[in-house]
Amino acid sequence: MVEIRWHSRAGQGAVTGAKGLGSVVATTGKQVQAYALYGSAKRGAAMNAYNRIDDEPITNQETKMYPDYVFVIDPALAFSDDITKNDKSDTQYIITTHLSKEELIAQIPALQDKVERTHVVDCMQISLDTIGRAMPNTPILGAFMKVSKMYDLDFFLENMKKVLSKFPQKIIDANMEAITRAYNEVK
Amino acid sequence: MAKEFELNEVEVWDGNYAASQALRQAQIDVVAAYPITPSTPIVEGYGAYVANGYVDGEFVMVESEHGAMSGCVGAAAAGGRVATATSSQGFALMVEVLYQASGMRLPIVLTVANRALAAPLNVRGDHSDMYLGRDSGWIQLDAFDAQEAYDMTLCAFKIGEHLDVRLPVMVHQDGFTTSHKAQNVYPLQDSVAYKFIGDYVPVDDMLDFSRPVTHGAQTEEDWHYEHKAKQHKALMDSRTVIDEVFADFKKLTGREYKRVESYMMEDAEVALVLLGSSVETAVLAAKQLREEEGIKVGIVSPRCFRPFPYDLVREALDVPSLKAVCCLDKSAPGGAMGALFNEVSAAAYSTKARPMMTNYIYGLGGRDFAVDEAKRIIREQKAHADAGHITTDIQQFSGLRGPKLGFFQTRRG
Repeated sequence: MVEIRWHSRAGQGAVTGAKGLGSVVATTGKQVQAYALYGSAKRGAAMNAYNRIDDEPITNQETKMYPDYVFVIDPALAFSDDITKNDKSDTQYIITTHLSKEELIAQIPALQDKVERTHVVDCMQISLDTIGRAMPNTPILGAFMKVSKMYDLDFFLENMKKVLSKFPQKIIDANMEAITRAYNEVK
Repeated sequence: MAKEFELNEVEVWDGNYAASQALRQAQIDVVAAYPITPSTPIVEGYGAYVANGYVDGEFVMVESEHGAMSGCVGAAAAGGRVATATSSQGFALMVEVLYQASGMRLPIVLTVANRALAAPLNVRGDHSDMYLGRDSGWIQLDAFDAQEAYDMTLCAFKIGEHLDVRLPVMVHQDGFTTSHKAQNVYPLQDSVAYKFIGDYVPVDDMLDFSRPVTHGAQTEEDWHYEHKAKQHKALMDSRTVIDEVFADFKKLTGREYKRVESYMMEDAEVALVLLGSSVETAVLAAKQLREEEGIKVGIVSPRCFRPFPYDLVREALDVPSLKAVCCLDKSAPGGAMGALFNEVSAAAYSTKARPMMTNYIYGLGGRDFAVDEAKRIIREQKAHADAGHITTDIQQFSGLRGPKLGFFQTRRG
């Protein structure tokens, strides 16, 4: 079982991202869950989304998880959310920030014993450059592919195209570029 | 003709989307709806299918849930296949008309994303609305996850419209936990799903002008009682039709459903009885405890909440080794023992083993039901079994903050 917790703001596409990841993974014969905890939260409010991935049918319907990966897709939430909540000794962190890894960790005490498990990538800048607006949900998945080695980049891009197929070609292309850049730029 | 919807062998759908796809495949004639969280996407989805030509039907916008169910009653009496969706306060506002629908024997399908009832206002999932419907004369089926929300919705039409049944059917799924959680769902192709449900066969439809009929007539002490008794008999007799429809569904899909689901009960010493998505979490906890601590624990769940499967609950609990059973109710009991506890205890009383019965209230307003908490409750049942008497209060609250809350003690030593 692989468990992922997303830290996002409502409107940044974490739910879409979690469902997109689930859709890609499901095509490979695995079982997935993608869900969120937002209730009546408004656009801009801090929220969590979640993924579970396993080879067997997933019957755990508990919301809380002990994540293997934590995605922080809003830069400020690394400072204000409890991003290391329920973590394990091998939980990997992928954090959107314009700071260098050293600069970020210096400001977040909870990450200071997790240097090797912390990865940074500027999904905000990448999505501004490629998609044209701050939409960090798809680039974070590129970074995740690099860190987790779950799938080859090309395989992931091909399947992600299918998930995004209802969008205009221009938007699909921009998302592919964003995913590729995040894959290459995550540190 | 409605366009065919392209579906993959495996889709990643949440419970709401799964239910809306099942409504589309049933080719509903009329949906009258007043959307409410968390069931909104079910009727939103149907509206989109109508607009995009994937279903030949009417979406009727109304002024309230009372209006929504009234519209459904009218359309069903006129002779159409009818469905809608609701939750919580919307369900509460529908209640008056729910009794009309069942009393008029109209096989409407109501998909419910279960949600708490105010006050305090709460949008998240518990079973308050499902419990509110339990005396309304509807068949109530309970889906534990998104796949089951799809499967149960397809089955609901075939059950309710069966000429020996002719009753409305609710399909319940847990708000947010199921309605908003995407997972692998294996849908049927449109033609296969429609063939399974079959064409709608109207009975005494008002639009058949060659044969005028009266719907919703008044009966006082002369006939009302006979009508209600007959309606109750139809509900009780629907049990065999539900079993047949589940058997047909298994032949078609390989997915097996029963009016009472039971897991690992063959040699169980203790058991939990519960409803909804928590069943899957409890089964996981039970498997882990069997492996880690050797506790012989089983799980029982009345998938068919109404008609209450007294027969099969008794059968599931009639295990010689069974000593302690805990019933978990996800609805504020309002000054009583939980309803599931009361009903299951009545069935357990007629078994040979007569296990010790306890009650937990849990999960109100969407409070998370954790695997660890399920395990703690199972261990507590094991302690009752080892001691030979109930070692706690009979009714307790799970996952409640603040001082421990409990009521009533055993008199059995």
